[in-house]
Amino acid sequence: MKLPYYPGCTLKANAANFEEAAMRVMKDLGYELQEMKDWVCCGTVFSMTNDDLMLQLASIRNLLRAEEQNLNELVVLCSMCYNTLQRAKKFITEDEESLDKVNDLMYKENIRYKGSVDVTHLLTVLKDRITFDRIKEKVEKPLSLLKIGGYYGCLLLRPKEFAIDDFEDPTIIEDLLSSLGAESIVFPYRLECCGAYQTITKKDVTIKRTYEIINSARKSGCEAIVTSCPLCAFNLDQRQKETAEEFIEFEQMPVFYFTELMSVALGGGWDKSWSKLHYADPEPILKEKGLI
Amino acid sequence: MKRIGVFICHCGINIKGTVDVEKITEEIADYPGVAYIENYIFMCSEPGQKLIRDVIIEHKLDGVVVAACSPTLHETTFQDALEEMNINRHQLEVANIREQCSWVHTDIEESTRKANLIIKTAIEKLKLNESLTPIFAPLTKRTLVIGGGIAGIQAALDIADGGYEVLLVERNPSIGGHMIQLSETFPTLDCSQCIMTPKMVAINKHKNIKLYANSEIESIEGFFGNFKVRIKRKPLYVDPDKCTLCDDCTAVCPVVVPSEYDEGLTWRKAIYIPFPQSIPATFTIDTENCLGFNPIACTKCQDACEPDAINYDMKPETFEEEIGAVIVATGFDLNPVENMAEYGYGKYPDVLNGLQFERILSATGPTGGEMFRPSDGKVPKEVVFIQCSGSRDPERHLPYCSRICCMYTLKHAKLYKHKVHDGQPYIFYIDIRSGGKRYEEFVQQAVSEDGIVYIRGKVSRVYREGEKMIVHGMDTLTGKKIEIEADMVVLAMGIIPSADTDKLVNILRLNTDENGFLVEAHPKLRPVESIQSGFYLAGTAQGPKDIPDAVSQASGAAAKVLALMSNDEISHSPIVAIVNEDLCSGCGICVDTCPYGARELDIIEKIATVNDVLCEGCGACISVCPASAAQQKNLTDEQIFNMIRIYTNA
Repeated sequence: MKLPYYPGCTLKANAANFEEAAMRVMKDLGYELQEMKDWVCCGTVFSMTNDDLMLQLASIRNLLRAEEQNLNELVVLCSMCYNTLQRAKKFITEDEESLDKVNDLMYKENIRYKGSVDVTHLLTVLKDRITFDRIKEKVEKPLSLLKIGGYYGCLLLRPKEFAIDDFEDPTIIEDLLSSLGAESIVFPYRLECCGAYQTITKKDVTIKRTYEIINSARKSGCEAIVTSCPLCAFNLDQRQKETAEEFIEFEQMPVFYFTELMSVALGGGWDKSWSKLHYADPEPILKEKGLI
Repeated sequence: MKRIGVFICHCGINIKGTVDVEKITEEIADYPGVAYIENYIFMCSEPGQKLIRDVIIEHKLDGVVVAACSPTLHETTFQDALEEMNINRHQLEVANIREQCSWVHTDIEESTRKANLIIKTAIEKLKLNESLTPIFAPLTKRTLVIGGGIAGIQAALDIADGGYEVLLVERNPSIGGHMIQLSETFPTLDCSQCIMTPKMVAINKHKNIKLYANSEIESIEGFFGNFKVRIKRKPLYVDPDKCTLCDDCTAVCPVVVPSEYDEGLTWRKAIYIPFPQSIPATFTIDTENCLGFNPIACTKCQDACEPDAINYDMKPETFEEEIGAVIVATGFDLNPVENMAEYGYGKYPDVLNGLQFERILSATGPTGGEMFRPSDGKVPKEVVFIQCSGSRDPERHLPYCSRICCMYTLKHAKLYKHKVHDGQPYIFYIDIRSGGKRYEEFVQQAVSEDGIVYIRGKVSRVYREGEKMIVHGMDTLTGKKIEIEADMVVLAMGIIPSADTDKLVNILRLNTDENGFLVEAHPKLRPVESIQSGFYLAGTAQGPKDIPDAVSQASGAAAKVLALMSNDEISHSPIVAIVNEDLCSGCGICVDTCPYGARELDIIEKIATVNDVLCEGCGACISVCPASAAQQKNLTDEQIFNMIRIYTNA
């Protein structure tokens, strides 16, 4: 079965491992993520900064493209893209006047956007359509003995209208990890902010967040953490270098995308090239548990 | 034709500011039926009323229209004035030109035109008004009080002291409500038990009070002044006359259940007495948990009971009682901590709600009043109190303020400090609401003497790390994020109506607000009555309140009942439905429509009838009657059509 898929920029670059693993996993589960044509930037943080319609255009244009291609849904992997597209959808579907204005601004487009496109995160597809029970049946290499914490950050859960799960006490990532056979651990900082775009202008803020989040996970017994957000992954993984320079006692911890671990568990294996996109080397722990 | 006097009130500038009263006076002077017209600054004042009385004699009036404020405000005032002049009170009509005209419009010309029409419709209605006399019905001088907490107890005692019989129904095995669970009470710190238990004993001993504990209301029928109520008493399975309270049964009972009295902090047996001071003082068996209902499984308590008081075969009993009035005092529950994901859904033993902390503070509680925390029995050295837990949060939790939490949290922190001198209490708050008498002084004293740290802000998350509870919060005054490693956290959970209030409300046919609290007849002027005649409200069932307010409201409700009981009959408005027997086909639609049970079918005559005493004159049956056989007195179809004609022809 084919699912219309919106990748977003990072999945073609820094988070290529996230996408590749997703493709493999979905194939194993009998689905195909079919990339939509002519997609553009999701709007990222700019679309969230204020209510200026102009700043929503990039996000909305993606929805318009989808409508143009007769797609009524976009499946998204990146938490940021999920959030911006959802916000854009809400922004114009709640208010006809805004929709009109946006369409006027996009007067050179061939169609006027009607607001018919839904945005779904892959985790929701796994939970509701494929179901974790089915995934459990498909597991070839259970991630047994792997103690792992799910890290949500903010974009999957806030604002609460788009939360993919209970926004105060989500379990969707933990449930997925459990179905893969891992020992999933709920750690206190799993919903905290990773520092987001402060990583560009105020690196020290992100370093402190990374230090606190990774330490919280370690204190709770995690050996690794899992995320669905390339920005969180960047801050929590790549920034471990600076974190270790800042805090001498800091110990590294691998940060996975959930699709990578799914690939390992469902028999798709681990691609060496993925390791290069990680800062904290994920291979030792996978080898230690006999998973690769 | 009736000689009608029209009196237009300026209501200061409330009406005159937007309605040209002089112009209307001129316009209506010649309207058919109008014998006299006048305007005056305050019609409701004594000079205004005197004007009406004088004109009635001088101009030989048969009816009066007062154009002024809403009839809910002063209709009776003017009706009394008419009655003084020997004119039937139903020959008065109020034309509401304030709430329905001057207050809601700004254009003088338009509102003057509208006021003119409103007055004319009132004149048209008055022309066909009949003179009516009130309906009288007998009164049963007994009162049912539902709920045996402090409000119900106070109301029952006040009425019983006034010499009238009271039935007090409590659903739990003992009366006492939540107040009996409390340690000390703010702002005086007097012991709750010490002031509560004498009242409970008084209930038991009072010759005018009949106590139905372990009982619930099954149904109520009849009408104001003459209700019939069915009370179902659940069996105790222990004969109170034989039971000597020796406690031998609990020693042998193998079943342990979380104690309701100790808010789950301790355990009780399946055979138990809720607490030593219980009224009525007797043991009871909790059938949901007892094994003895299968005698093969267990008869340990029965075997151990020397006076042979235990009987598994007791059956529920139903009593039918006649009463004249009802006071509803069903109280509150705390909003469950299980609703608060951010504070751990109640899964951490050292995160307590306010009532649990009361039990720890209480001399009769699980720790005998010593300060130990539940998880490991250690003395908590740092305690975080979180006010407005799940309150004042319309997006996710309760939208309202529960009124008592600011004060009880402060009291908690203060009592904690009295027990743990080197301990540190922190209170997270949004505001400090200390509006009661001597409350602010209590706050100031505690802040200056007890070293309580107040932090203005909310707590975003509480989680456990090792032995500590980590509290993440925000100090909104400094804008800094705060993290406290606490030994214990106390959540000031708000008040919600007690469980099953909604079911009882259905049985009694009362109204509740959007939060489930009972609705009073008027928020300011009739706060202790329901809009349903014969029902009175007391305590937290009507809305969050503290002990002094609950007691005041209970005494207020009791005073209303005593005033009622001092009459030999009840009087009822004669504005009721009537049936034109020639037109009625006996279809029965009105019977199904009537919300008051006032309509019945006379099977022999095949017509619908009206019970005058039950009918509240709402008009529902009149609007559904397909044959127009149902009419309302003084609001007949003819009157309504005349009014519409005048209003729309203009």
